[in-house]
Amino acid sequence: MSTATLEPQPRVHTQRNYLNADYGWKSWLFTVDHKRIALLYMISVTFFFIIGGSFAVLMRIHLTEPQGALVQPETYNKLFTLHGVVMIFFFLIPSIPAVLGNFLVPLMVGARDLAFPKLNLLSWYIYITGGLFTLYSAIAGGVDTGWTFYTPYSSTYSNTQVTAVAIGVFITGFSSILTGLNFIVTIHKMRAPGLTWFRMPLFLWAMYATSIIMVLGTPVLAITLFLLALEHLFHVGIFSPALGGDPLLFQHLFWFYSHPAVYIMILPAMGVVSEIIPCFARKRIFGYKVICFSSVAIAVLGFLVWGHHMFVTGQSIYAGLIFSLLSFLVAIPSAIKVFNWTATLYKGSISYEAPMLYALGFIGLFTMGGLTGLFLASLATDVHLNGTYFIVAHFHYIMVGGAVMGYLGGIHFWWPKITGRMYPNAWAALAAAIVFVGFNLTFFPQFILGYLGMPRRYAFYPAEFQVLNVMSSAGATVLGVGYLIPLIYLMWSMRYGPLAEPNPWGATGLEWTTSSPPPTENFAEIPVVTQEAYAYAPEEAAGD
Amino acid sequence: MQSLPFQPEQASTIAKSVDQLYFFLTAVTLFFTALIFSIIFYFMIRYRRRSPDERPKAIEGSFPLEVLWTVIPTLIVAVIFVWGSTLYFRNSEPPRGSMEIFVTGKQWMWKVEHPEGQREINEMHVPLGRPVKLTMTSEDVIHDFFVPAFRVKKDVLPGRYTSLWFQATKVGTFHLFCAQYCGAFHAGMIGSIVVQEPDEYERWLAGGTTGESMEQAGEKVFQQTGCPSCHMADGTGLGPSLLGVYGHPVKLTSGETVTADDAYLRECILQPALRRVFGYKPLMTSFQGQLTEEQLNNVIAYIRALGNTPPPPPKQEVKP
Repeated sequence: MSTATLEPQPRVHTQRNYLNADYGWKSWLFTVDHKRIALLYMISVTFFFIIGGSFAVLMRIHLTEPQGALVQPETYNKLFTLHGVVMIFFFLIPSIPAVLGNFLVPLMVGARDLAFPKLNLLSWYIYITGGLFTLYSAIAGGVDTGWTFYTPYSSTYSNTQVTAVAIGVFITGFSSILTGLNFIVTIHKMRAPGLTWFRMPLFLWAMYATSIIMVLGTPVLAITLFLLALEHLFHVGIFSPALGGDPLLFQHLFWFYSHPAVYIMILPAMGVVSEIIPCFARKRIFGYKVICFSSVAIAVLGFLVWGHHMFVTGQSIYAGLIFSLLSFLVAIPSAIKVFNWTATLYKGSISYEAPMLYALGFIGLFTMGGLTGLFLASLATDVHLNGTYFIVAHFHYIMVGGAVMGYLGGIHFWWPKITGRMYPNAWAALAAAIVFVGFNLTFFPQFILGYLGMPRRYAFYPAEFQVLNVMSSAGATVLGVGYLIPLIYLMWSMRYGPLAEPNPWGATGLEWTTSSPPPTENFAEIPVVTQEAYAYAPEEAAGD
Repeated sequence: MQSLPFQPEQASTIAKSVDQLYFFLTAVTLFFTALIFSIIFYFMIRYRRRSPDERPKAIEGSFPLEVLWTVIPTLIVAVIFVWGSTLYFRNSEPPRGSMEIFVTGKQWMWKVEHPEGQREINEMHVPLGRPVKLTMTSEDVIHDFFVPAFRVKKDVLPGRYTSLWFQATKVGTFHLFCAQYCGAFHAGMIGSIVVQEPDEYERWLAGGTTGESMEQAGEKVFQQTGCPSCHMADGTGLGPSLLGVYGHPVKLTSGETVTADDAYLRECILQPALRRVFGYKPLMTSFQGQLTEEQLNNVIAYIRALGNTPPPPPKQEVKP
């Protein structure tokens, strides 16, 4: 691509901005600019997404044959474990907060940087250190416990790299804590004059709710993994009954973090969608405050539902009853959000650029993911579906259909701001459609597989389940193509894309008032906010 | 490859009721998915941007609508909650007079023991139309006993007992899966439940047995381990007599009362110091690691049988 090209030479940004302010690797690896750190994160999470995705591809190839087409069962177990660990801890949890949040929180509050720029850089180094431990473990033989690390299998029976992965995840947790802390302080203390809490864009509310979960929940995960490592390395009896421990204690501790972690992954995507929908419908979001409070409600209730992962463990049936009730309650704020996003479209002026397609896709898939969650919150049906492919399908609808669609939508929405370049919209729209179709082909058959009784984490399976598995694997191929296309045109656009205006979508929000890409200091002058968020209607700017 | 089934076989008394709830949930899911999708598609077409400078009027929101779409989902989930919980509660206790079978999970096989002494691996014969209660434990990691056709599932834990029950309504062979990941050959920890007509089951039970029931095997372990030297039948030993104990309340040194069930007896054998019987000194040593899960099951089966014998007169003289 470097020499004699027939394409017209692209124009370049002559104005000084955060990208051309300085050159050389030091200017990146020692930067304290939140926007550059966001790009460091973007490159790293993309790297981990490709690694985690490759494991998934190998798994889907393997499962096309009932006896397993590709690898030994031990290897398959390592594949699904590393797929889960890498995707959850190294892609999904940092994806929107650490990439888009890092880039946007200061811009959206009208500040020059986050409250603690050096802590922000530190959090990236911590993340990378944790990632290296995990990669080391993969190379040094892998780990086969499942991303859930259930004891006593993980602590006393597995002979794989449990400690290395536990250390990797333990370390990475601190990067979440620091990012969360940074966001909370920034949102509290650094909002521009006039930017009251209820004038904040909903993305900031989502980041705020997410940060609270990160700061409160992640330490519990760290403690749990520390105890696991203690038992694994020094045989201190905590979880293993053979050593005098309690076999279920680990699950309580683990899910106390890991269920809220689901909301760490999905709340930011909800925030992204709450920005995209009003912009492309040119409408103020419907029920602004309701969406704010539903984010907070989800964050709080999310801490009280962990026991629904344990309905079949033999925990007290009364505990099951309470956890079931609370799990149903947490479904309601999610439903309210879906209705409000949909209502925002009413009497709008809707256009269909790629970010909007991702956002609408998100609503559809999240709705299905949320509704199938009711099957699992309900005690009698959970007994049958727990531990089967139904669970796998359900959480992929939330995590991939929801969180990944939200992340891609956000990347497409803010790409002009981040890079100062536009991407080819037709390709982007095509990719969004392929991702939507491929996703459903991959994961819908898994609902049926689960209902029919196929347990998850099976390296081989009875032949009657083959048809649905082959369908799922075929869908995964389509999904894979859908993910590769954006990787190509987005990279292409960084060099060849047309230059972006400061506000190419005609969106509201302070980030669109500065140039694309923004200067290092974000704003020449700290802006003053005089109106509500999403003031898309002209008359709204005056009154209200 | 076979034709695509969309429903697992219904082969237990609870399968149909679980499926009814499942279908209701499916209907709710389809309805709301269709509703949201059609509204979105309708709006997408109806309110598509017709000219680049359209500036539609702002709508703040609507309180009545917010109330409406908070209350309706709340009512729907309330119905599902009550329905799901009622079924779960109804199915959580085995009916009186259920026959018992004992299951031990270990990497990577299911060991099954019938009270009459019949042993099986990765296969479980049960009679049609009789409630069966399983008492389950694991020798190593957490497993999970899952029979899709019966819609039952329960974790099988090391160091404690869990139980589930079912009543088969169809003769045939059904999948038994381990549904909790348990290591390298987790996928191979599968077996079958063979449901037979009662008379056929009786014939199966009579044939090929070791000639020793669980109770008899348990008595042998009880004698060999030296239990009777303290647990004397007439109640004069250093430990309490075990006659008439099983299933009855036992007073503890703490002043509490527990029912002497499988879990309590297991704890007494493995961790005797934890909850001691009122009136006896803490003399018993732990048998942790000395008895296999099968031997434990057998000893408890023996103590269970002793439960039907009337207990000796209460001991008076020893202070706590």
